[in-house]
Amino acid sequence: MTSLDPLRLTARVAKRLLVDGEISAAELAKVYLDQIAAVEPRVRAYIRVTYDNAAKYSTKVDREMQALRGPLAGLPIAIKDNMVTEGVITTCASRILRDYMPVYTATAVRQVWDDHVVMLGKTNLDEFAMGSSTENSAFQTTRNPWDLATVPGGSSGGSAAAVAAGEALWALGSDTGGSIRQPAALCGIVGMKPTYGAVSRYGLIAFASSLDQIGPLTRSVYDCALLLQHIVGHDHNDATSVALPEPVALPDAERLDGLRVGIPAEYLAAGIEPGVRARFDETLARVEELGGRCVEIGLPHTEYALPAYYIIAPAEASANLARFDGVRYGYRCADPVDLLDMYERTRGEGFGPEVKRRIMIGTYALSAGYYDAYYGRAQKVRTLVRRDFSRAFADVDLIASPTTPSVAFKAGSRTADPLSMYMCDICTIPVNLAGLPAISIPCGLSDGLPVGFQLIGPAFSENRILQAAHALEGAIGFAPAPTFRDSGAEADVAGAAAGVPLEVHE
Amino acid sequence: MTAWEPVIGLEMHVELDTRTKMFCACEVTKGDAPNTHTCPRCLAHPGALPVVNQRAVEYAARIALALNCSVRPRNIFHRKNYFYPDLPKAYQISQYDEPLAVEGWFEYWVGDEKLRCRINRVHMEEDAAKLIHAGGDAGRIAGSDYSMVDFNRGGTPLIEIVSEPDIPSPEAARELLQQLRNLVIELGVSECNMEEGQIRWDANVSVRPKGSTELGTRTELKNMNSFRYLQQALDAEIPRQVEVLEAGGTIDLETLHFDPDTGTTTPLRSKEEAHDYRYFPEPDLVPLVIDPAWVEELRRAQPELPAARVERFTAQYGLSRADALVLGSAHALAAFYEEVVALGAGAKPAANWTMGEYLAHLNAAGLEAGHGHVTAERLAKLVKLVEDGTVSTSSGKDVFAKMIAERAEPEDIVDKYGLGQISDTSELAAIVAAIVAANPAQVEQYRGGKQQVIGFFVGQVMKASGGRANPQLVNELLRKALGT
Repeated sequence: MTSLDPLRLTARVAKRLLVDGEISAAELAKVYLDQIAAVEPRVRAYIRVTYDNAAKYSTKVDREMQALRGPLAGLPIAIKDNMVTEGVITTCASRILRDYMPVYTATAVRQVWDDHVVMLGKTNLDEFAMGSSTENSAFQTTRNPWDLATVPGGSSGGSAAAVAAGEALWALGSDTGGSIRQPAALCGIVGMKPTYGAVSRYGLIAFASSLDQIGPLTRSVYDCALLLQHIVGHDHNDATSVALPEPVALPDAERLDGLRVGIPAEYLAAGIEPGVRARFDETLARVEELGGRCVEIGLPHTEYALPAYYIIAPAEASANLARFDGVRYGYRCADPVDLLDMYERTRGEGFGPEVKRRIMIGTYALSAGYYDAYYGRAQKVRTLVRRDFSRAFADVDLIASPTTPSVAFKAGSRTADPLSMYMCDICTIPVNLAGLPAISIPCGLSDGLPVGFQLIGPAFSENRILQAAHALEGAIGFAPAPTFRDSGAEADVAGAAAGVPLEVHE
Repeated sequence: MTAWEPVIGLEMHVELDTRTKMFCACEVTKGDAPNTHTCPRCLAHPGALPVVNQRAVEYAARIALALNCSVRPRNIFHRKNYFYPDLPKAYQISQYDEPLAVEGWFEYWVGDEKLRCRINRVHMEEDAAKLIHAGGDAGRIAGSDYSMVDFNRGGTPLIEIVSEPDIPSPEAARELLQQLRNLVIELGVSECNMEEGQIRWDANVSVRPKGSTELGTRTELKNMNSFRYLQQALDAEIPRQVEVLEAGGTIDLETLHFDPDTGTTTPLRSKEEAHDYRYFPEPDLVPLVIDPAWVEELRRAQPELPAARVERFTAQYGLSRADALVLGSAHALAAFYEEVVALGAGAKPAANWTMGEYLAHLNAAGLEAGHGHVTAERLAKLVKLVEDGTVSTSSGKDVFAKMIAERAEPEDIVDKYGLGQISDTSELAAIVAAIVAANPAQVEQYRGGKQQVIGFFVGQVMKASGGRANPQLVNELLRKALGT
């Protein structure tokens, strides 16, 4: 067996090694399980590692390699724990679903399982995907492998940290306001939110239905396209899903000749850290070197996107999370005296503080007498944000921005201030409101921590985005791997999670 | 003294007889073991999403068309939020300000009077699951020892029909509902079984000085599924409101419960009723775009509706409006009557027999029209036997009774019991001669000008013939024998 570095191995290379017989699927799975054993106690990316599943399916792939020579067969994956997996407990990082055993499997997961991808486990997230640091998990805080004192971002922080830390070859996450792109940026990997509807949401535990979208977290743009190929498509189980007008192509571009890239002034005004700004400007220089042309554009309603998002997403969430009532499954409080008591205590004890905050905001925003002032107006803002983008795309092919205003921040540094946490997603949220595809790729380091570069395209322009990102990735040549250093500024590294302890590995 | 008039509006819910549920592929069933027709969707498991049942949209659109509504080319679903154990998502997917269809009307008869009620809207939604409360103060969730939920019914397609407040009396409300139920059954989209709660309704009622055009404050009578209780409840609620207003009081906008045992209406105290449903567009479903050409197709394929059939019965069969209403309003009876006529019975006698003996038989036996041993073929044969004079009308009723008891053909019963009418002139003439001879005193009276004595002779002849004598012939022969 070739000695493999899980911190650098891509799916593209791993696939070739498998097909060439240089490595078995079981050996490949073991590379990741060994890395999990080595670093997981510090990173805590997984809520549940499915050792048995990984062993069983990697062996099956090896045994039936001829029959199972699917394009993804044997490539190990981590799945964000808000996608239901039949037979594997799915928690959404919430006490209320702590022991919930799904009776079916999410379409996107089913698709990769059908391609004989080997599932390594279910990754940590902010409870119900509500957060930007993965600190809102009821069970554990995941740490950023670039600096264990910092957060990996969120809400797909577990998936991003697992890929960055070499605990998974690649991963699936979900993005409602930046939940794939922001942790990908903070962890120095590639993350993509496809066009709304491109990937089925069936089996994705809903946070905000009109914004949620599943997408890949990978170590390269090529891997991102490869995984995306296998999760897109119309699903009759999801009425909002659509078929892409053209298949996802594996990118090979090295140039950006003639590509017009719009730079929205409003995004750069929003308190971007100097180090982030520097890496961003350098990347724009790469764009021009590759034959692209950068032009300043306006997205005038950007400043209203965040407030509109924090009406729409909580409003939908307040209804989506109402089903967790203790009646049919999940957590139920002990010895309720009557129905109301059961509802109140089940939900009071089952949900964490950020989830409760958003349920209350959303319930309020939808209440009689407030609907028009809040939800109604937020929807109008959403239309304006969407119009901003479509006007911009009349003049440019793609829009570029930093993915996040800052690099990874210290764990615990923003938990007391929800607004500062919400600001993490200032550059990503408008994209969800408009339902557009966007990717984040690493574009360098600032203070030793990764910086993300975001490319946004018109609806269904996944191939254009992937080609451009692939060319830029080559030009940037981002090479460093995470060091697992601990800047140690935090006194209590492990104790920040407010939730109950959970047996991490089964 | 002010004269008052009631103003009544109705909200009707009808479960559709589609094969599968509104938003999932689970079968719609009745009477199966609890929770055997469920899936992640109708149990609201995490991540499950709704998918609209196309057939349910079709059924709902057909009801809307029959109610003369315009089917809107674009309509959307909303979430109606409230917590209850029979509602697994804790919201009902329903429709709100962009419903399936709006602005229609329904014409119905009260006695001989045709009334029109405007229809505000027809919209689609999903039914809740069934709750069963056990132990303690069973029947209510508060106070029972425990409650069980059967999700088989949960997610059944349901439509809501909302009328304008156009109904002038409790009787009219009852007639409207019955005739609207007949309409839905006619369309074949729901059996509207009352016991199973397939059709149920809320009534809202207010009173106002007669002649006024303003509406008073209304009260709501919730969730009824008996025509009789509806009328009783309204008959109780209207005088109550009049009494309150005449005493100088005001009516509260509230929901009332009608207790059929006491015949009174009382406010529902339940805290759970004070809802803010927080409607908002269902983000899991895209707007439902309805092709007007498809609607036209549905319109063309509609069966004949009861109102049109009643009109046709008066024109085609020469029936009175009242008879046409009895025979033409409900699908099964109308079909039965038309079959009897098609088999050769005269339209008018067939109508009399169907409304008379046959309907009485159905009611007594608790049967639906078309069921039981009195088939259309048998009734047609019987009507024809009476029409051609083979049996008298009175013997015919006897034959009808024996058809039920003996499950036999009418002609066999006539043969077996010798019920054939005597129309043989010589046979009857002999009987007449004998009767005339045996009653000289009455003959004198008759000949002395007392014409009504003829009745006595007819009676005697009928008695002597065992009721089988042809009455017309008897009359003729008697008058001849008595010399007039």
